[in-house]
Amino acid sequence: MGEHHGPAKGLTRWLYTTNHKDIGSMYLWFSFAMFLLGGVFALVIRAELFEPGLQLVDPGFFNQMTTMHGLVMVFGAVMPAFVGLANWLIPMMIGAPDMALPRMNNWSFWILPFAFALMVSTLFMDGGGPNFGWTFYAPLSTEYAPPSVTFFIFAVHIMGASSIMGAINVIATILNMRAPGMTLMKMPLFVWTWLITAYLLIAVMPVLAGVVTMMLFDIHFGTSFFDAAGGGDPVLFQHVFWFFGHPEVYIMILPAFGIASAIIPTFARKPLFGYASMVYATASIAILSFIVWAHHMFTVGIPLAGELFFMYATMLIAVPTGVKVFNWVTTMFRGSITFETPMLFSIAFVILFTIGGLSGLMLAIAPADFQYHDTYFVVAHFHYVLVPGAIFSIFAAVYYWLPKWSGHYVNETLGKTHFWLSFVGLNITFFPMHFVGLAGMPRRIPDYALQFADFNMISTVGAFIFGFSQVFFLFVVVKTIRDGKKADAQVWEGAEGLEWTVESPAPYHTFSTPPKV
Amino acid sequence: MSDGMNRGVKQQVVKLSLVAVGMFAFVFVVMVPLYDLFCEVTGLNGKTGGPYQAEQIVVDESRTINVQMMASNTDGIVWDFGPSQFEVAVHPGESVRVSYTATNPTNRTMTAQAIPSVLPFRAASYFHKTECFCFNQQVLAPGETVEMPIVFIVDPALPDNVSTITLSYMLFDVTPEPEMTGAK
Repeated sequence: MGEHHGPAKGLTRWLYTTNHKDIGSMYLWFSFAMFLLGGVFALVIRAELFEPGLQLVDPGFFNQMTTMHGLVMVFGAVMPAFVGLANWLIPMMIGAPDMALPRMNNWSFWILPFAFALMVSTLFMDGGGPNFGWTFYAPLSTEYAPPSVTFFIFAVHIMGASSIMGAINVIATILNMRAPGMTLMKMPLFVWTWLITAYLLIAVMPVLAGVVTMMLFDIHFGTSFFDAAGGGDPVLFQHVFWFFGHPEVYIMILPAFGIASAIIPTFARKPLFGYASMVYATASIAILSFIVWAHHMFTVGIPLAGELFFMYATMLIAVPTGVKVFNWVTTMFRGSITFETPMLFSIAFVILFTIGGLSGLMLAIAPADFQYHDTYFVVAHFHYVLVPGAIFSIFAAVYYWLPKWSGHYVNETLGKTHFWLSFVGLNITFFPMHFVGLAGMPRRIPDYALQFADFNMISTVGAFIFGFSQVFFLFVVVKTIRDGKKADAQVWEGAEGLEWTVESPAPYHTFSTPPKV
Repeated sequence: MSDGMNRGVKQQVVKLSLVAVGMFAFVFVVMVPLYDLFCEVTGLNGKTGGPYQAEQIVVDESRTINVQMMASNTDGIVWDFGPSQFEVAVHPGESVRVSYTATNPTNRTMTAQAIPSVLPFRAASYFHKTECFCFNQQVLAPGETVEMPIVFIVDPALPDNVSTITLSYMLFDVTPEPEMTGAK
């Protein structure tokens, strides 16, 4: 075959591929499968909480469901989806022929299914799967864990390795393979936010690997990192975990900022307001994310000076985030806006993410946090930043770039139906959680006091609407790929960027000769 | 891809991999010792220091501090464990002897480790123990009872706004397992 060969045939195409578009597609499909699996776990939780009392599952299994829902959604759905988008889009946005390290790219995807097979298989083991919450606090995850915890630890190791390799690849691509003339400050914001995210990943995924390694040693090799009896300290676990965990939440939202910054200007038909400030705001959020971790631990007993420091540092993050929201709103201001599906998801992203940000500010107030801590208010908060934040941005990205990937337009009626079902379902699910949380309903419990019954019933109804509308999303995507209207290269009239200069569907190899920017 | 670009990528990968390895090492060689040091300096989590070398300290007769004693057991340890007296009034600087008693009601020999904690945290670094059963593991034969002493000195430099110190011991079962039973 010549230099411009197409994809190989058969199953081995996917096994051996080093093509960034193939790998991007595999990441996205894998992440969608995990999204549905994590969604099933969530619906088990919501079904049990439909009414007070224990109906469907026993409390031990309920705990496994809350744990697995969190782990699968964070590490299986959101993170691989963003890596998939990075694979598809970064080379096309910077005018590179492929990722810098194509073979490592293949490897970082293909270890993921094994990691998740390992993790999900624990549900069928003696003693059940992980039941200690996705934050796996010691000693619950060491001293009192089911035997399957060792499989969980190795699964986390593999996911960590996958993420680190992916991040190294992204940085090496962005810093070395930009087309001539594509200076750093000309890069699309999606590329910028991913560059910063990749640095965060390299900094904190090893910390996660470290903390699970300490658990492994405590469980099997007689060390006492987290065991007070041997001179260790369980609180140390929380510090190390959240030193990873807080940057992790920005890993899940920074690429979403990049997506919104690509879509809103297109449909507002105005250039993004404050490009440079967006870059600096993203960088400040990333740096600040390393000095706020203890706001997850206000109630474990830290000195007053510590509470104050972490409270103010946390509130400081609202400033760069506010800059971003301001820029998006200003971009839309006096634009000639049309409301195609990607724009609807992006606007919902801006509004609902801001609601989640505001409840985050409430939680940042240390004295108030003593009331909110470990209640459904926290659940409402982080679902408002993750579902309409991370997940909606991924939906928006799929609707926005799917015509480029597949060569077919999405049917707008179907797309908008999916949007409204999701939007309504999500708000019915998560908004009442604010109220039951403030009223004192604790999180991670299978049963609850009677006064919370009505709101929980509403939440469950919403959860089923939201859950089934994602099956509808699958239908929309498959229908688009199979028989959508043929798309042209530009796809959206207001869209700018190198990816729109190649035809739709994007050829298997793009920018083999670098474009001139 | 030109050779020059290739070299750039290679350097990048080496650098970034070193950062990743460095962060992994950072957890073990920096975060853990730093946390211990931080707790020792600030008395965070009520951690108290090791054996204290008694110096000639002037007893401050003008202040009286109530020292309360508590005991609790973790899961799996069924010893009767508690202080002989619940409260003692002391002057800062004087050396005070109190004791805890423990009984092993089971029919097997058990080993336990007591972990101290002092409240309020800001008093932890002013509470010195010259002698304590918590410095060693306790081995009790079936049915055996033992009286375990503590000798402590409250530092006269104790902040003025502390008038009560609570000393709590939590007992952990550290009996060696008879044989390897695999994963817990």
